Amino acid sequence: MNFSHLAAALISGLLFGFGLAVSGMMDPERVLGFLDFAGAWDPSLAFVLGGAVGVSALGYGLKARMRRPLLAPRFEVPTNPRPDARLLGGAALFGIGWGLAGFCPGPALAGLVLGLPSILLFVAAMLVGMLLYRLTTSRRPLSRGASR
Amino acid sequence: MTAFLAPLGGGALIGASAALLLLASGRIAGISGIAGGLLGPAGRDAVWRVAFLVGLLLGPVLYRLAVGSWPEVRIEASWPLIAAAGLLVGYGTQLGSGCTSGHGVCGLARLSPRSIAAVVTFMATAIVTVFLVRHGVVR
Repeated sequence: MNFSHLAAALISGLLFGFGLAVSGMMDPERVLGFLDFAGAWDPSLAFVLGGAVGVSALGYGLKARMRRPLLAPRFEVPTNPRPDARLLGGAALFGIGWGLAGFCPGPALAGLVLGLPSILLFVAAMLVGMLLYRLTTSRRPLSRGASR
Repeated sequence: MTAFLAPLGGGALIGASAALLLLASGRIAGISGIAGGLLGPAGRDAVWRVAFLVGLLLGPVLYRLAVGSWPEVRIEASWPLIAAAGLLVGYGTQLGSGCTSGHGVCGLARLSPRSIAAVVTFMATAIVTVFLVRHGVVR
């Protein structure tokens, strides 16, 4: 852990938060407008995702030509390709929560800086949800095959 | 068409963030993973996670400085609904190992079968939820 590593994380976070603000994704009504196919559908989130995946894919393309990252000893990218019940169950719960209020973790955390009570409430509840997961699973090994 | 330039440009910046974190630090730019990792015994990893989150918070501030106004945020949901949503998002992203950024922006970019399955699943449940809340009986 050195200064350049920290600077890279800070700049990456800054780019992410600035990009969220530019994209309009920090507005829950806009997000819900994208998810609402029965209403006046707002396709803009598809452009956000398209732009993000496109540029991110360039990064993953470059990664394939590198032995290790510029500032760290190794790439820490998941290698397990198989979807399982935990993944799909978790994704399903996340989607329900996303659809209820229009917030996912990035826009909610970036939005904290606006000081709105609703965003504070959402982030507090989200942290409780994360802690609940840790408390209910901490004694079980995370490896596959350990569950009964 | 110009209405979609900001979403596209903002998305490209988010993608650049993910590419930078990957190529410099070797990490996935998944917000729920970066934040959730701080709630356990993170050890030395805590420092870069905090640095990323500080940058994330400064993003809207930079926008305010560049554009002159804060990004628009309209919240219609009631407080009980927001609290329930937060719990589900927090628990679900930890159980499912990611959210819109980790599975969406990063997972789709590297064509991970797990992430593609996760994105299809959370998009589907989100769309059904929005339908029920806006056009159905839930509220």
